Amino acid sequence: MAVPSPTSEAAPGVLMTADDVARVVDRVAHQLIERAAAASPGAADGALRDLVLIGIPTRGAPLARRLAARIEAFTGTAVDVGTVDITLYRDDLRLRGVRALEDTWLPAAGLDGRLVVLVDDVLFSGRSVRAALDALRDLGRPRAVQLAVLVDRGHRELPIRADYVGKNVPTSRTQQVKVRLSEVDGVDEVVVSEGVAA
Amino acid sequence: MKRHLLEAADLDRADATLMLDTAAQIESALAGREVKKLPTLRGRTVVNLFYEDSTRTRISFELAAKRLSADVINFSAKGSSVSKGESLKDTALTLEAMGSDAIVVRHPASGAPHRLAHWVRGSVVNAGDGTHEHPTQALLDAYTIRQRLGRLDGVRVVLTGDVLHSRVARSNVWLLHTLGAEVTVVAPPTLLPVGVGSWPVSVSYDLDAVLPNADVIMMLRVQAERMNASFFPSAREYSRRYGLDARRMALLPDDAIVMHPGPMNRGMEIAAEVADSVRSTIVEQVGNGVSVRMAVLYLLLGGAPE
Repeated sequence: MAVPSPTSEAAPGVLMTADDVARVVDRVAHQLIERAAAASPGAADGALRDLVLIGIPTRGAPLARRLAARIEAFTGTAVDVGTVDITLYRDDLRLRGVRALEDTWLPAAGLDGRLVVLVDDVLFSGRSVRAALDALRDLGRPRAVQLAVLVDRGHRELPIRADYVGKNVPTSRTQQVKVRLSEVDGVDEVVVSEGVAA
Repeated sequence: MKRHLLEAADLDRADATLMLDTAAQIESALAGREVKKLPTLRGRTVVNLFYEDSTRTRISFELAAKRLSADVINFSAKGSSVSKGESLKDTALTLEAMGSDAIVVRHPASGAPHRLAHWVRGSVVNAGDGTHEHPTQALLDAYTIRQRLGRLDGVRVVLTGDVLHSRVARSNVWLLHTLGAEVTVVAPPTLLPVGVGSWPVSVSYDLDAVLPNADVIMMLRVQAERMNASFFPSAREYSRRYGLDARRMALLPDDAIVMHPGPMNRGMEIAAEVADSVRSTIVEQVGNGVSVRMAVLYLLLGGAPE
């Protein structure tokens, strides 16, 4: 199985280097700004204030903070950020041992009537996103919910798609795609490895 | 994580910390929400098997299980076949045959939850057994201390009152010791158990002397229903020597907190003005009890069955 070739001269299996990750985060931040501007012409600032970036732990949370920081750097407007732990909403809890929970915190202004963009590292089966949508339903009533991911590796098991994709990566189901972020792992990179056939 | 929660004494530091952290995460996940419900234990059945009276523990477990979407059956010995002579074992097997995944048990006999754990396949949670242990109370007390003071390591806790009959005291002594707190028990000599010398605590008979060095004072209820002998001359004398009134509260350091597991005998071990003061965490303890019990139920039932 050929590993998709990396964009620069990187070690085998490395799909994205730290530079690639930074570039992709910048691009998605710009896309979020453009969409906000298109939604309410002449008042992009207000549309950005309407936006809430909700990271899905573990690595969606620092990604959401990075996106917010880049949007603020590009436009000068601060964007609300939060995280929602989806563990208690998962549909596979009974398939393995008990999982530790992660933090949940929401911006003080809440989610009601706002545009929520869920942020995650890898979009695969879509089940995490489904759990996040269930959690959001208990947390408030956003005006709309969108999805931003760093890597879309395919193999969806539910009718879910991302609105913003950092990089599309064709993979086989048995491969493993691992996003590493400096906040959690000490390094920024995306690697793909041959997994054991399930 | 173990399958049962039978006593605080067999929780190690990692397990206990995981329970407190999970409770904090559940509390933050539910904070400020209109829908205070999680789908986590949908389709699981939790039985509250109560052979002794209880207000807050039973309601707290019921609420915790319901907030995790489990089905809850409340069983109290009064009005059941127990009054026809059905044994604990037969009652438990009957409940399990009906599909219970966890049994939360309170029983007047110390050790009843341990026996139960050998008979059933599901999880058993001790909600208070005789004068032995009440582990979820200790967990919620530790959680409350950590929330108020920001730490447990090195916190100086004074436990005062009827230590002899108190399962809350036993559970707290073991759990707080495991989590690094320094515990002092203060009681009349007649209300200390014979084996207190083997506990990881220091013992004092003079409440006024220990109060200036306490971060937490935990009052225990005088358990009139378990008193079959005269342990002290009169309620008035007990109250004067071991009760917490406004004068004694003034001896505490400024940031110290006052705790009581409830139910309180106002005017006996704790004065009304102390119970209602800003230092008192008594109402917080009840609220935290729900989060802690949700964490316990999640950790015992949330994963794959072994």
